Amino acid sequence: MKNTDLNFEYKYGFSMPEKHVFKSRKGIDEDVVRQISSLKKEPSWMTAFRLKAYKVFRNKQMPVWGADLSKIDFNDIYYYIKPTEKQVNSWEDLPKEIKDTYDKIGVPEAEKKFLAGVSAQYESEVVYESIQKELTRQGVIFCDMDTGLRKYPEIVKKYFGTVISLYDNKFASLNSSVWSGGSFVYVPNGVKVTLPLQAYFRINAQNFGQFERTLIIAEEDSFVHYVEGCTAPIYTTSSLHAAVVEIIVKKNARVRYTTVQNWSKNVYNLVTKRSKVYENGVMEWVDCNIGSGVTMKYPSCYLVGDGARGEVLSIAYAGDSQHQDAGAKMIHLAPNTTSRIISKSISSKGGRTSYRGLVQVSPGAKNAKVYVTCDALIIDEKSRSDTYPDMRIKEKEVDIQHEATVEKLGEEKLFYLASRGINKTEAEGLLVNGFIDPVTKEIPLEYSIELNRLINLEMEGSVG
Amino acid sequence: MLVLKNLTVSASNKVILKNLNFEFKKNKVYAIMGPNGSGKSTLAYAISGHPAYRLDKDAKIIFNKNDISALPPDKRAKQGVFLSFQTPLSLSGVTVFQLLRLALSGIKDPLIVKQEIDRLAKKLHIKEELLSRSLNDNASGGEKKKLELIQAVLLDPKFLIFDEIDTGVDIDALKAIAKFLDGFKKERTIVLITHYNRILKYIKPDRVLVMLGGRIVKEGDYRLAEFIEKNGYEKYRS
Repeated sequence: MKNTDLNFEYKYGFSMPEKHVFKSRKGIDEDVVRQISSLKKEPSWMTAFRLKAYKVFRNKQMPVWGADLSKIDFNDIYYYIKPTEKQVNSWEDLPKEIKDTYDKIGVPEAEKKFLAGVSAQYESEVVYESIQKELTRQGVIFCDMDTGLRKYPEIVKKYFGTVISLYDNKFASLNSSVWSGGSFVYVPNGVKVTLPLQAYFRINAQNFGQFERTLIIAEEDSFVHYVEGCTAPIYTTSSLHAAVVEIIVKKNARVRYTTVQNWSKNVYNLVTKRSKVYENGVMEWVDCNIGSGVTMKYPSCYLVGDGARGEVLSIAYAGDSQHQDAGAKMIHLAPNTTSRIISKSISSKGGRTSYRGLVQVSPGAKNAKVYVTCDALIIDEKSRSDTYPDMRIKEKEVDIQHEATVEKLGEEKLFYLASRGINKTEAEGLLVNGFIDPVTKEIPLEYSIELNRLINLEMEGSVG
Repeated sequence: MLVLKNLTVSASNKVILKNLNFEFKKNKVYAIMGPNGSGKSTLAYAISGHPAYRLDKDAKIIFNKNDISALPPDKRAKQGVFLSFQTPLSLSGVTVFQLLRLALSGIKDPLIVKQEIDRLAKKLHIKEELLSRSLNDNASGGEKKKLELIQAVLLDPKFLIFDEIDTGVDIDALKAIAKFLDGFKKERTIVLITHYNRILKYIKPDRVLVMLGGRIVKEGDYRLAEFIEKNGYEKYRS
């Protein structure tokens, strides 16, 4: 492959010199939480929300049922970093180091193509944002969460923390107390946003935890596709990424949320993602996890309205020293609701993938339809894959299908490709890309190409 | 073109091919016949370099004057050895185009690869829809063999082994395949491994080899195939 096709220097880690206006001290306590809120000049209800969440965070136990989180030291993390004085609106206004960083990820290039808007996050605050006029004309709001809170306090207050409460889990509580950045999306009644909204996220400060908070509200009969792609430079000490994403899908609306996650291997990626789906609404999560040392992420759909539909399509790749503990949750709370989970995981070089899924059908959710399929591909003997499917079906009139497969990359398939002149590394890449094809074909082309390349790049070290 | 020297081959510590010596020549079509278990497919795998088949230390496979005995299968393929599989495996999520694009990267422009696949598919009466599907997935016997043939043409090899290309194929497909092969044989060596005389009616072999118990026990012209069809292998059993 040509060098230009594979400009993935960040895989090996790079970082720009940090240039901060403000950095909170290491560790977290009530004062730090207050300070964050006051620096952001937030309304008092948000300060109260943060403080309450902080108390809950203090008292909650670490989850012990999933990946190993014992190395996280909450006192060794900066909870807030503000990189530049004020937000800027055009590419030219960005500081040079930030532009260089983005050049390496390729944001402006991508934007030139067909982005509806870019809300790029550098450290904890959004500094670059451009929204196409069309969105504004349609009444669509797409901004960072801090701006959202400032400019649209009523909408934010109405929905913030209603899908994922500050009591939900330790990391959601932590996020609720120290959140910064993330996206705020509001799509009015009947508006269909035809181009995907994209946001690029990035961590670039040592020991810095990123706690973005995203809220998407799709009013009745609307449609929006939100795409987040993450990359992170590699540091020697651990970083924590504990995001919260809340999505409200109103009657007949449809939201698709696509993630391509490629945090560096020292990042703990512990994200709570949940949607509430009303009558005949459709929520689709497309979730691709390649990076991070540890991921725990289970995008969820609470199907609360008659005929609501939820879908999770996911890919997890775990290489050396990685554990991807990912899955999905589908909670059927109304009749005629349907859900579909397609999970594809690949483990190689001693990596570990776990599929952890919950499907719950409540009494009265008649005619619920559930389809779950989780396929694991294990590349070598050192690697591991586990499946933890949990089905709690409390209603009789339901249609449930569940399939799980575990496949090893067979010698015969490799020989078949070898007999066509394809070497082992290329053949593995081709077979892995084929394996995840049912999911990659659902995501925007530029992301699926990047995803295939990233996986090939990861796979290349797996032989010899 | 391709020379077998003292070719003794074993798999799982069992000797399968016993000291084969033979030279395949350019511009010739060979038929290798023999009952089940006579070592025909093992010969195909050994020439292609399947890692499960181990060559004895004196055994050699010489291709265009190069000793390829120790080369991995992909390198042999790059030099021009091609194997059409008896039962081609299905590759989920991989189309014939994706496979060939990768196999020919840096050799042929992907756009030309695509055009040639389409052209050959039309010539071989392959449904267009089959090309966009996972390779060999839910394909009929004839369709699979035609897809092997497309790969053979695109890769442009010099030495081609077709392992039972006539098995699981209906008569129309067989005719199409044979006709196609006949037009493709120039400047190449084609080896047809077969149980029956069926395909040999449509593509006449220059030489026929009979294999039994891991050895080549008889060599002759196309009339040998006719003889075997009538009389079976009984005569050659020792």
